[in-house]
Amino acid sequence: MANIAHVAEHTARDLIDHLPLLQVLVPFCTAPVIVLFGSRRFAWPLAFISSVISLVISVMLMMIVREGGYISYTLGGWAPPLGIEYRIDATNAFVLMLISTIGTLVLPFAYTSIKNEIRNRDHTLLYACWMLCFTGLLGMVATGDAFNVFVFLEISSLSTYVLVAQGASKDRRALTAAYDYLIMGTIGATFFVIGLGMLYMATGTLNLADLADRIANQGANRTVRSGFAFVIVGMGLKVAIFPLHLWLPKAYTFAPSAVTVFLSATATKAALYVVMRFVFSVYNPDFSFAKNTLEIIFLPLAIIAMFSASFVAVFQVNMKKMLAYSSIAQVGYMLLGIAILNEAGLTASLLHMFNHGFAKALLFMGAGVLVLKTGGSFYLQISGMGRKMPITSGAIVIGGLSLIGVPGTAGFLSKWLLVQAALERSADNSLFLVVALSIVLSSLLAVVYVWRIFEVLFLREADVLIPSSEAPIMMLIPMWILAGSCVWFGFSTDLLYDVANQAALNLLEGSMGMSGSILNLGMN
Amino acid sequence: MIFHHLILRVVTKLLVGTIILFALYVQFHGDFSPGGGFQAGVIMAVAFILYGIVFSLEAAKKVFPEWLVHKLSALGVLIYAGTGIVTMILGYDFLDYDAFSPLHPTHGQHWGLLIIEFGVGVTVTGVMVAIYYAFAGRPPCISDEEW
Repeated sequence: MANIAHVAEHTARDLIDHLPLLQVLVPFCTAPVIVLFGSRRFAWPLAFISSVISLVISVMLMMIVREGGYISYTLGGWAPPLGIEYRIDATNAFVLMLISTIGTLVLPFAYTSIKNEIRNRDHTLLYACWMLCFTGLLGMVATGDAFNVFVFLEISSLSTYVLVAQGASKDRRALTAAYDYLIMGTIGATFFVIGLGMLYMATGTLNLADLADRIANQGANRTVRSGFAFVIVGMGLKVAIFPLHLWLPKAYTFAPSAVTVFLSATATKAALYVVMRFVFSVYNPDFSFAKNTLEIIFLPLAIIAMFSASFVAVFQVNMKKMLAYSSIAQVGYMLLGIAILNEAGLTASLLHMFNHGFAKALLFMGAGVLVLKTGGSFYLQISGMGRKMPITSGAIVIGGLSLIGVPGTAGFLSKWLLVQAALERSADNSLFLVVALSIVLSSLLAVVYVWRIFEVLFLREADVLIPSSEAPIMMLIPMWILAGSCVWFGFSTDLLYDVANQAALNLLEGSMGMSGSILNLGMN
Repeated sequence: MIFHHLILRVVTKLLVGTIILFALYVQFHGDFSPGGGFQAGVIMAVAFILYGIVFSLEAAKKVFPEWLVHKLSALGVLIYAGTGIVTMILGYDFLDYDAFSPLHPTHGQHWGLLIIEFGVGVTVTGVMVAIYYAFAGRPPCISDEEW
């Protein structure tokens, strides 16, 4: 009889209920399907269709959670905290949207770029890896279970190493770059899982919300504190926080152009999201050690990154490498937003994640087009190309301006907010005036390295042997969509700001939005 | 044809079948005794790897061609995920095996586990053999132009 009662309890789920899972499941299933078809002709369309589907899903999720509250999805019918839970609130819906938007926009670009840079026989498996990487990044963000974060981190990392190594068909140094990344990334993942082990030992749970509750109730002890250190350092390696960034320039330089575009705009962002989750939701800044970590370690490191990485970027002679160093500097801004520790700072950090993702994807796409046309991204090779391909270079200019943070572009908004956040804090601590000043000063360095590209592209003489022709239309469309949104979000600031603000509020609320309300997905 | 290592070859031929049988036992008896998809997959792969070591890589690739290895690795994942998709279509959560037998959830759980473990076994076999092929099939030394 008990069984019959069980039947009566069950209400059938419909498609809308499954959205949080489908977000991850659709690209995940695409990967083996691509391998099973085993045909180069099917690989790209399948990957593209599933990216579009996951973009649609992420927008739908965003619509549901943007006013606050969260969606909880239990896997296998095992209720959390025992079972694995996917938990979507405004914060991760925001990051999911960034990842799936970039994933969808990069694929049309990748079609030509990968055809040009990689041997035909590798295409099928490359797209399968691409989908796995995409799955891993989405899963890391969507899940509400700490160990699940680790599993998805590994899925995305392992496929990333393969993707980076694919650059070897053009330049053998991609192999050492991928190997470096593999070693560093594995150390990072190991540290992360050691940290989780400690947390599990101290609390007996792996569900992020439950962890947050138990840590808040039992208070800090040495195990909980060292768990924090391991988690932050482990994820910090993936984020490329300043002294842990050594894998990044090589990996971004030697990876196939399309892969670099995808990774630069998503991989570090997903890892940064996990750091935010742990700093604000699982632990919270009420703990003195968490607060100290932010103010004594993150803050100076962020500022050092902003200056030193920008400074190194100025002297690069390879566009891709320059952009890679600039990425490290930009991660510094995002970290600074976290370390400022107020609502405005966190909003700025999340916004900058989005804006930088767009601008950097655009610039790396530009680099990819130049590689396609000239065979390399060294300044010597690409000099004067601006005059030969004005439409492409126009997009690069917009991306560059947004990277600097020129008013009228999206990059301005997030940097402006960051300065405001620092000034807000300077009321009680005048040291933050220096922080605000350093944001402005380091942006001047960005002006220098972005100007160098402009100078190379427009003011130098071009190689006469290279025909003046634009990039293929499949590459121009995603570039100009990105360029357009860099400008659009620079003027129409409300939309993105509101969402980022809600995301920041969610984080500051602490405890995985436990105080928020569960949103019922079903229409009835 | 290889003429040396007679004992090894005879013993291998005897063992390969037994190993595969044992792998199937570990696979499908996994819920009553130690074992499951991962262990079974490794044991299954061992049969092919042993065959490859003793009778040469080419012989192993004739039995278990490389394309099949790759397809199997993907197929297993799809069996696992597909089980979840079926439970979703039946109106339950992803991988909620109650869906297979709503009146007797225990049976449903049993069947569901059996299927997904089979998926795990298929993928692990594929991946293990693929790793062996990749290492064993490496060119012996790096040619000058590679540098």
